[in-house]
Amino acid sequence: MDTLLDVENLWVKFPTRQGLFDAVRGVSFSLGRERLGIVGESGSGKSMTGRAILRLIRPPGIVEADHIKLGDDNLLAKSEKEMRAVRGQRISMVMQDPKFSLNPVMTIGDQIIEAYRLHSAASKSKAHAKSLEMLRAVSIRDAERVMRAYPHEMSGGMGQRIMIAMMLIPNPEILIADEPTSALDVSVQRQVLDIMDRLVKERGMGLIFISHDLNLVADFCDRVLIMYAGRVVEVCEADKLHEATHPYTQGLLNSLPRLDMPTDRLEVLERDPAWSEVPSVSGRA
Amino acid sequence: MSMLQIAGLNVWFGAARNRVHAVKAASFSVAEGESFGLVGESGSGKSTILRAITGLASTGSGQIEVEGQPVPARRPKPFFKTVQMVFQDPYASLHPRHSIDQVLGETLHLHGFKDIDNRVMQLLDDVGLGQKFRFRYPHQLSGGQRQRVAIARALAPEPKLLLLDEPTSALDVSVQAEILNLLADLRQNHALTYLMVSHDLSVVGHMCNRLAVMKDGEIVEIMDVSALRRMEATHPYSQHLLQASV
Repeated sequence: MDTLLDVENLWVKFPTRQGLFDAVRGVSFSLGRERLGIVGESGSGKSMTGRAILRLIRPPGIVEADHIKLGDDNLLAKSEKEMRAVRGQRISMVMQDPKFSLNPVMTIGDQIIEAYRLHSAASKSKAHAKSLEMLRAVSIRDAERVMRAYPHEMSGGMGQRIMIAMMLIPNPEILIADEPTSALDVSVQRQVLDIMDRLVKERGMGLIFISHDLNLVADFCDRVLIMYAGRVVEVCEADKLHEATHPYTQGLLNSLPRLDMPTDRLEVLERDPAWSEVPSVSGRA
Repeated sequence: MSMLQIAGLNVWFGAARNRVHAVKAASFSVAEGESFGLVGESGSGKSTILRAITGLASTGSGQIEVEGQPVPARRPKPFFKTVQMVFQDPYASLHPRHSIDQVLGETLHLHGFKDIDNRVMQLLDDVGLGQKFRFRYPHQLSGGQRQRVAIARALAPEPKLLLLDEPTSALDVSVQAEILNLLADLRQNHALTYLMVSHDLSVVGHMCNRLAVMKDGEIVEIMDVSALRRMEATHPYSQHLLQASV
């Protein structure tokens, strides 16, 4: 399998009054033309891993790695200007919260058209048609009205679908999706995942899918990295996630309410400090 | 007696070609001590119903009765002693420059309580936070802890009906379990009635006795959770939802 992205020994550090805080600690993995899931709780470093790949961590945050290779290019060696050609065009990212990712004073249509025209020399009317098509592809009814609307007029779920439309319109090689569907409800979640799934298959895109929803990841991804306290504690095939051996993974699985198994009280995860001391597992395929 | 009765509720936003009819003729009632769920996809109007009950959605028509009393357009003060709301996003619903003590103290003061000091301590214990959190600011708390503060604030006026707008959707699964356990305990200890909005059928299945399924602003089906567990939804949309969440 050809490797699109290869990350070796990635560390993300933030200086605090108590010294350096390590948000990501020695993570290595590779991504082919596949759907790679990264799961973990908030604070486990999964979003930071995604951001570090795009060099979106600003000083005083520190990113260190032996290499982050996109094809043959080492992203760490690139200048800020060269990185701008990578972001959006080659690696695109759907952020967690549409409320903070969309420009509140621009109509949705203008924002999508801008994203498209930034990376291609299309005419305005062609970009408009393409944007409408993309909005329909993420199953937004009434796309004409949405094009004229402002972000505050959208519900959270619609905002997230608009973000996905905007990120996929330049046709990137790798899509990093940071909790793209946690604001969506189950029925739409499936549709959005199907759209992403189709793109990964049709265009040979690589997908890094960051989520805290274990069942979703088990269903949707090919391979899963489970992160805890900045380290990868377990790597497994997605369809074998329910046979996971690490107590942290099992704890997360057990804390979910289930329709078919009603209980009075849900199980609460007990954390073992030893989990964060074990070295990171390599996530190479 | 029914705690909350809603009949023919309509809510709309905007005008002319941008007019959106968010809730269409919604009717349901919630009995005292019951936990009632509202599920549906985003934009189906489930949060708007909660906002309409508290008076946050300005344009609407229909009947809303709390404890058998019709609710006037301008909500009177005693209304907020009976009905309180917990919002979806614990990061956005707390004032960033008010300490937890100020947040809870202000609410208690506004509702005319005298023994504020004791009550703040009692509230913090009720939601399982403890005294050491009393003088912290929201940015010093995790998402789950913030949601506990938001719940404490809602409990401050000793309400009978709690409106929960996706109380755990912004939280991790492990924290979600803690908050759902807390909400279940509080309902038992304080004899509360819940109206809970969620897009997660398994959460509603865990927390509620009955639920209404919404689609495009309409309530398409009201059913018991036991029927939900047996997968006995009658409306095709609820069946579709059920299938998607198993």
